[in-house]
Amino acid sequence: MTNWQHFVATFFNAAVMAKYLPDIIDGFCLTVGLAILVVISGIAAGLLLAVLRAFGVRPLNWLLIFVVDLFRALPPLVVIVLLYFGLPSLGFEPSAFGTTWASLSLVLMAFAEEIFWAGITAVPKGQWEAARSTGLSFLQTLGAVVLPQAIRLTVPPLTNRTIAITKGTALGSVIGLSEILSQASSGVSFSFNPSPLTLGAAAYLILFLPVVIAGRWIETRFAWKR
Amino acid sequence: MLDTFFNFGIIAAAWPILLDGLLTTLWLSAVVVPLGAVCGVVLAVLSTARHRWVRWPLIAWVDFFRAFPPLVLLIFLYAALPFAGIQLGGFGCVAIGFCLNTGAYYGEILRAGIESVPAGQMEAARGTGLTRLQAMAYVVLPQAVRNVLPDLVSNTLEVVKLTSIASVVALPELLFQARQAQSVTYNPTPIVAAAVAYFLLLWPLVRLVSRLENRAIAGRR
Repeated sequence: MTNWQHFVATFFNAAVMAKYLPDIIDGFCLTVGLAILVVISGIAAGLLLAVLRAFGVRPLNWLLIFVVDLFRALPPLVVIVLLYFGLPSLGFEPSAFGTTWASLSLVLMAFAEEIFWAGITAVPKGQWEAARSTGLSFLQTLGAVVLPQAIRLTVPPLTNRTIAITKGTALGSVIGLSEILSQASSGVSFSFNPSPLTLGAAAYLILFLPVVIAGRWIETRFAWKR
Repeated sequence: MLDTFFNFGIIAAAWPILLDGLLTTLWLSAVVVPLGAVCGVVLAVLSTARHRWVRWPLIAWVDFFRAFPPLVLLIFLYAALPFAGIQLGGFGCVAIGFCLNTGAYYGEILRAGIESVPAGQMEAARGTGLTRLQAMAYVVLPQAVRNVLPDLVSNTLEVVKLTSIASVVALPELLFQARQAQSVTYNPTPIVAAAVAYFLLLWPLVRLVSRLENRAIAGRR
């Protein structure tokens, strides 16, 4: 057997790939579902916190800033491990899926809040004053005048951050979530051939490469002229 | 509650190995941050080449490694390459994986920085007789770095946080040591202690990033 044939038989073994393809597809669906849930709940929670922070209640804001800083400073894997091994001691057995979803949502929430808040503070004070003086309430001003301007500013940084955190779904494999990576890894240990990992890697590229390219496009599309 | 999550007896017993882990994390960061930054500078400078056969493969390279979850890259290096007879060991895998992943991120940030420096700077520098490389190193790059400083600091923070995935390939950094201690004592206190250590270590950096970023977003208008 030539080197090339050996290489193909090792990393692109068709028989092994065909055998583990269904598992990888299962993992792929789970990863997509988890990613979508994380994006929705993380961004919604981040926006909610930013709006709460806009009310300017001092003690509440200190608490918000602490929570946000906490989840920006902790590595996502540490949050996942902490929740997964810590919560059972409180008599609460979280599933691997729930833990990964909650952890990544908390992390995305923290980053999204920070980005939304920066966007809100970037809207000039005159906009607030003008809107309030036309008779709009605080919430109406926030929702109809300030947020639309703020969110435009936040699209590029938020897109990049969301992509980076969604890639963290792979961290679920550490606590046994059967997403792409752990399906592929168990395929490798059963077949003693790395082809399932090649397949898993391809699955990640199919999922995230279009997102990264779209992110690049969004970045130029929403870029503010300097 | 206090006994479960903040058990002082366990902290007293486990702190030497946690400290060991913390030092490994610091040391690992001190290796992978410069490594990634150097890869990034090389990628960014190469991507200023006007020739499309140089630029497009570089963009593809950067997007490829930005799309690839770092943990998947690490597992691939650690679990798949030995089948090709390449044994890198835990540390080798982490070093190469970080070079590829964070190098791509640093490269993308620095490329944006270089593009934000007006072309006249390069032309003027070349006009004074500097070579292309000298003009890049002394005139363009310093301005580029200053323009994208918030993103660079923020990425560095992410890299330090990312060293926690090295625990998966049994590198004895903070998270790995904490999990060892947790599995021996059947008590989550060591992981809580590790989380507190990460927070205390990285909080100043988080504050710095958030100040720099707020200024950057406000400056965009």
